[in-house]
Amino acid sequence: MNGVHDMGGMQGFGPIQPEKNEPVFHARWEARIYAVTRALGFWGKWNIDASRYSREVIPQADYLRMSYYEKWFAAVTELAIARGLVTRAEFQGGKPARGSAKQKPPLTANRVPAVEARGASARRNVPSMPQFRVGQNVRARNMHPLGHTRLPRYARGKLGVIDRDHGVFVFPDTNAHFLGEKPQHVYSVRFESRELWGTQASTRDFVYIDMWDDYLEPV
Amino acid sequence: MDATRRGFLAAAGAAAAQDLAKAQDHDHNHQVVPSDATLRVKALESLLVDKGLVDRAALDALVDTYEHKIGPRNGARVVARAWVDPAYRQRLLNDASAAIAEFGYTGIQGENMVVVENTPKLHNLVVCTLCSCYPWPVLGLPPAWYKSAPYRSQAVINPRGVMREFGLELADDVEVRVWDSTAELRYLVLPERPTGTESFNEEALAALVTRDSMIGVAKVSPPAGGKV
Repeated sequence: MNGVHDMGGMQGFGPIQPEKNEPVFHARWEARIYAVTRALGFWGKWNIDASRYSREVIPQADYLRMSYYEKWFAAVTELAIARGLVTRAEFQGGKPARGSAKQKPPLTANRVPAVEARGASARRNVPSMPQFRVGQNVRARNMHPLGHTRLPRYARGKLGVIDRDHGVFVFPDTNAHFLGEKPQHVYSVRFESRELWGTQASTRDFVYIDMWDDYLEPV
Repeated sequence: MDATRRGFLAAAGAAAAQDLAKAQDHDHNHQVVPSDATLRVKALESLLVDKGLVDRAALDALVDTYEHKIGPRNGARVVARAWVDPAYRQRLLNDASAAIAEFGYTGIQGENMVVVENTPKLHNLVVCTLCSCYPWPVLGLPPAWYKSAPYRSQAVINPRGVMREFGLELADDVEVRVWDSTAELRYLVLPERPTGTESFNEEALAALVTRDSMIGVAKVSPPAGGKV
């Protein structure tokens, strides 16, 4: 989706504002919605790509206006409703539906250290023929899917070189919509900044973008 | 989706307002009126706990992990080891996930790590233009500026300008490589070891390494006093 989340190269957002001695969370509710989002993920009702997409489809003006964790709040509630963990009526009422059985949370405190340390790799050990080789010239496809994609707008149609092959990974464009993992190779593709931004860019600047086989075409 | 989301946000606000009324009812000495977000998140958490969807102690453990256990000191130790141990540095550049796992730093948002090395003629900068991807096991959760529109938008089109905002001026002949974290690879910059640290041990070196230097918006500064 050509959304405002795809910010690479946009202008006019003002200066970067680093904060000295910044806390990890700026308020308790930020910490809680972070943890709620992570914990609900253990139900396996969605995946990280669906989770990202749920933030991308926040109404575009709101996306820019909302703080980071306000977006997490809005996104996880919509996901939880859409994937059947809770009903909208329960959210609006703030109480479980009458007569509904209490469930057992999949993530308990004692499991937190182990699951955090194990992670959830998107790498897949399945055979997949790489469509490109290191050193090959490629073009990022000029495509504008309505759903989730990790091909940034600023790279589409641009020429680059395969810098390294990272191996086989889940494909977010299908996975985000529960249409399968479609595992394929991911490459780091090297783009000259001049190819991306024209002559205003330095000839010594390069942008490396991770791209799946399906984002690329041979030149 | 848009209409329903607005409906939801409005409804959640209404539910929160009831909570606020209740809170004020039983706590007349309450000086600070909780923010709308505080109430809405509290209402959500209570609902999820009541339904048995989340375990409150697990939430506490997750928060504690990122507030107190995992943060940029992890990455600093990795960098310091690479500075003092050439064999480790080579392992780190060849297979970052495995080399970082030697410290026990593994897991969520660091499953597939890549380390990129700065040299006098090459400088690396890491960004996620599409969201907020960041190597949690070595750096913790990202600072607000890293997730902000100004950084996400400018890092790829004007990396030298971004570094200048952080007070880092690179010579024109230095190559700049910006790594846009669009997939499930997570990037850590291996900064240059500063001069004047020849006598420093690993621990003293780690104390010099900043989060910003491992993102690429800063270099590691030489030690102020020259002694540790």
